[in-house]
Amino acid sequence: MSLTQKLINDGNAAVDEMLVGIMAAHPEHLWRPDNAPRAVVARHGPRTGKVALVIGGGSGHEPTFLGYVGRGLADAAAIGNVFASPPPQPAVDAAMAASGGAGVLFMYGNYAGDVMNFDMAAELLEMEGIEARTVLTTDDIASAPRDQRQKRRGVAGNVFIFKAAGAASDMMMPLDEVERVARHANDRTFTMGVALSSCSLPQTRRPSFDLPIGEMEVGMGIHGEPGVRRGPLRSANDVADEIMDAILAEMKAPAGDRVAVLINSLGATPLMELYILNARIAERLKAAGLVVHKTLVGPYCTSLDMAGASITIMHLDDELQRMIDHPCDCAMFRS
Amino acid sequence: MEFSTGDLKALFGAFSQRMAAERDRLCALDGAIGDADHGIAMEQGMKAAADAARATNGTLQDVFNAAAKGFLNAVGASSGPLYATALLRAGKAAGPRGSMPSGELRAVIAAMRDGIVQRGKAEPGQKTMLDAWAPAADAAVDGRNADAIAAAARQGAEATRDMVATVGRAARLGERSLGHPDPGAVSASMLVEEICNAIKPA
Repeated sequence: MSLTQKLINDGNAAVDEMLVGIMAAHPEHLWRPDNAPRAVVARHGPRTGKVALVIGGGSGHEPTFLGYVGRGLADAAAIGNVFASPPPQPAVDAAMAASGGAGVLFMYGNYAGDVMNFDMAAELLEMEGIEARTVLTTDDIASAPRDQRQKRRGVAGNVFIFKAAGAASDMMMPLDEVERVARHANDRTFTMGVALSSCSLPQTRRPSFDLPIGEMEVGMGIHGEPGVRRGPLRSANDVADEIMDAILAEMKAPAGDRVAVLINSLGATPLMELYILNARIAERLKAAGLVVHKTLVGPYCTSLDMAGASITIMHLDDELQRMIDHPCDCAMFRS
Repeated sequence: MEFSTGDLKALFGAFSQRMAAERDRLCALDGAIGDADHGIAMEQGMKAAADAARATNGTLQDVFNAAAKGFLNAVGASSGPLYATALLRAGKAAGPRGSMPSGELRAVIAAMRDGIVQRGKAEPGQKTMLDAWAPAADAAVDGRNADAIAAAARQGAEATRDMVATVGRAARLGERSLGHPDPGAVSASMLVEEICNAIKPA
């Protein structure tokens, strides 16, 4: 099998070389503590008396996670290898650098490895006298049935969920409140995706899975984990309908309610296709009587070079709308 | 036969070489039911563990502890905390000694199983690395010979083919995980084989 074509120097150095490039591009937003090359901290976010929001996870999802580090959103991120949770130390380094004496909230997608590493980090912080709590994101409705929400994985809905928690923290809410807002945001955020091609890891440069031409995988995860169903590739409208049927059935939003929408590219799918999807999604939301308060379209939570897209709907209420509208200024995201 | 700190460093070297050699095969197994990176994590982790072990002067426990820290900081992932905890428990079992009878590597295998259970909270039958470590540890505790312990690990890994994953990343697949061996169990059986080679008289 031929190797996939990538602009890299050394697959094993890809993450660290990317970080060098990011720090060179965004010095006004980001810095790294000495001896903590895998901890990225916001220049203007952390301050005394503010809850430190620390996010993190594997690399390969850029701009998730480090692109959302900045004032009004996350205070720091711990960076793992490609598709692998960071070890505890970068999470501890990130939390120590961001701590304002009001506690730390760890937020990351619900994956077994991340849970073990961040829990170890929280134990280490406790020994330093820093309180650390955790809110896992579980927005991928394809990854487990509704009555097992706590088993679901976190995917592109991260963007809205982190945004809400970051706003609460930026408003100087105490740890209890930031945690409550984070859980509330997660409870009301729903995502489902479809993959059209495999991604390939920089270390192997081989497709992570086999997806024949003409087929798509519905419910695929952001690391290429198989989804709920494989079938023939269908039109944008059919795909949007299948996903919207599933999300609307779960969300059960009464007519007149407001939503925020994220049409996310998994890496290789261009804006043209995302906007074609959004045309149908806007139509479906309107038909359901829902009011679109905000729409984001683009690569927000990717899976390396995978083709495909995910759709996230956040069911807003007054509080979440205020959090989503709160200004933020990150290296790769401003609002 | 005595098993010295030098032998332990050589064992970590053998782990590292084995994982490097099997990297692509383990990634391909992981691609069927996971995210295709298990071979990479094991290669990087065991290389870091072997480097840390080689750079350590001290007792068997010191070498295990250094390897645990090296593995964890190199990979994170799920294998990082699991193998770091396993190696710390192995260090405790080996103790602050310069060497031990090689037969006591059986206690090391059992301790690694205990560490994996403690950290991962999985049970046998859930299609994880524990399905190779648990039968190997049972055979070791029963005092079986090295070949029997290695065979128990291999059979345990092979048996995961017929299991439905209920924890870890493959759990979201449900029935679709059937028919594929768990890559974590397969790499575990390889590590057990390397330990068993060190139990055998030269």
